Amino acid sequence: MDLVISISSGICLLLGSFICVSGSIGLLRFPDFYTRMHATSVTETSGVALILIGLMILSPDLLVFAKLVMILLLGLLIGPTTGHVLAKAAYHNGLKPKLTKSGNEQSSVPSSERGGDISKS
Amino acid sequence: MIIAATLAIFCAMILAISRAFMGPTLYDRILAVNSLGTKTVLLIALLGFVMGRPEFLDIAIVYALINFISVIAVLRYSDSNQFKENSSENEPIGKER
Amino acid sequence: MLLKDLFAVTMLLSIYGLLSATFFVAMDAVDVAFTEASVGAGISTLLLLVVISVTGRRERRVRHKPYAALFVVILTSMLLVFGTSDMPYFGSADAPIHNHVAPRYLNDSMQEINVPNIVTAVLASYRAFDTFGEVVVIFTAGIGVLALMSVSSKALSKSQPLNRPRGLYEQHLVIRIVAKTLFPFIFLFALYVQFHGDFGPGGGFQAGVIFAAAFILYAMLFGLDAATKVIKPAVIELLAALGVLLYGSVGIVTLLNGGNFFDYDYLLADPIAGQHLGILIIELGVGITVTCVMIMICFGFSLRRRAYEQKVAIRPKEGAV
Repeated sequence: MDLVISISSGICLLLGSFICVSGSIGLLRFPDFYTRMHATSVTETSGVALILIGLMILSPDLLVFAKLVMILLLGLLIGPTTGHVLAKAAYHNGLKPKLTKSGNEQSSVPSSERGGDISKS
Repeated sequence: MIIAATLAIFCAMILAISRAFMGPTLYDRILAVNSLGTKTVLLIALLGFVMGRPEFLDIAIVYALINFISVIAVLRYSDSNQFKENSSENEPIGKER
Repeated sequence: MLLKDLFAVTMLLSIYGLLSATFFVAMDAVDVAFTEASVGAGISTLLLLVVISVTGRRERRVRHKPYAALFVVILTSMLLVFGTSDMPYFGSADAPIHNHVAPRYLNDSMQEINVPNIVTAVLASYRAFDTFGEVVVIFTAGIGVLALMSVSSKALSKSQPLNRPRGLYEQHLVIRIVAKTLFPFIFLFALYVQFHGDFGPGGGFQAGVIFAAAFILYAMLFGLDAATKVIKPAVIELLAALGVLLYGSVGIVTLLNGGNFFDYDYLLADPIAGQHLGILIIELGVGITVTCVMIMICFGFSLRRRAYEQKVAIRPKEGAV
């Protein structure tokens, strides 16, 4: 029984941490804001869920288990909401997604700092 | 296995911090702060298990709540009219560097 | 690479709060980490954002080059780093801090106070007078903000309420529903932190900050009018004073019962029960004061901003932020 518990929790933890790290690499490496957000918000929700489930399997008593369940519910509720609102706010404030090379003026200056300004001209 | 997960989350946090420093837009920074907050929640929960002190989970819950509240606050203020006015009146931020 | 965008600076400050709280967790200082999480990463970010919404997002250009200030800062930090070489090693047993009063707290607090969390025992019972000073400082800060930033409510109600675009609220439908479902949990958790401080990390300061953060979130999502309907500003000012009064009156009662100031042994016949009652009451006072002062600061800045917006709306030509 101990072996089953440790193996299953280990699988959950490893998978979850792999997903989290890959999401962070996406956050660092992807070319523009919307792709970065896609990378993090998807991976973070699943990564948090997997790691917390892995900890739940290991949890020694019921109180710890209940707290972990609460953190998991909060994460599942909060993560997608913030992603949604963040994308919406960025889009409404005129941050354009970076399209193909010829499509957009932003692609010619990829690393210029345009702090959410309205470039609707 | 828990220690491996802790190290992985730590690396992920370093990546998120570098994105928060690099910018380039304001929303990238908000995104980085948000993802850093979620990873901090995970890191504190994992550290509680590593050090055998599960009462750390209280701090993790506070973190989840505070992270949500601060991201909402940031977005609420970045959405308000004053910011749009400001950013359209001023020149793009990139010229200052 | 100097950032002039105050918004981005606030974000980086929030990251700093997150990191330092993680650091405190790693150092096993649970209560400090709790405070840093709620104060450093939470409420100070919120208050800074409120301030930025009043002052504007850009840092003003400085004409002069502040080299002298930079020199002073570098010199001071080098002196501080030099001073750390004289400090005892981390965790060394013969450091002065481990030999002065800490052994007494660790050994005797279970018999004298019987509170499992020694940090709470030190903060609320042994060092109750220091904590009283902290509460008074917070209260004074609230009074200062109120004196500087408050606008007369008559001036606001006389002029027309500003026509806010309804679209702003319609946009936030998802987030308002999520926040509405979260509010009961936030308040419940704040109460848990408030009254669980004897047993685990937590206490009045942290709980007050969580309460205030929930109220500020409400004010941001549903508008200032709805928030002032929930709690009137006059009530908040009264409650902030009441918290300090509650704290101080515990000390007065112990004086009248023949003990020292904040000597809870004299509150009830049984000293242990007296200690528990005293800690509970003063934590409650701290919680009330912190909550009300934080909400007061936020409301003060928001009302100031609204008054400014109304002034701009009446005379639009003058509006240069």
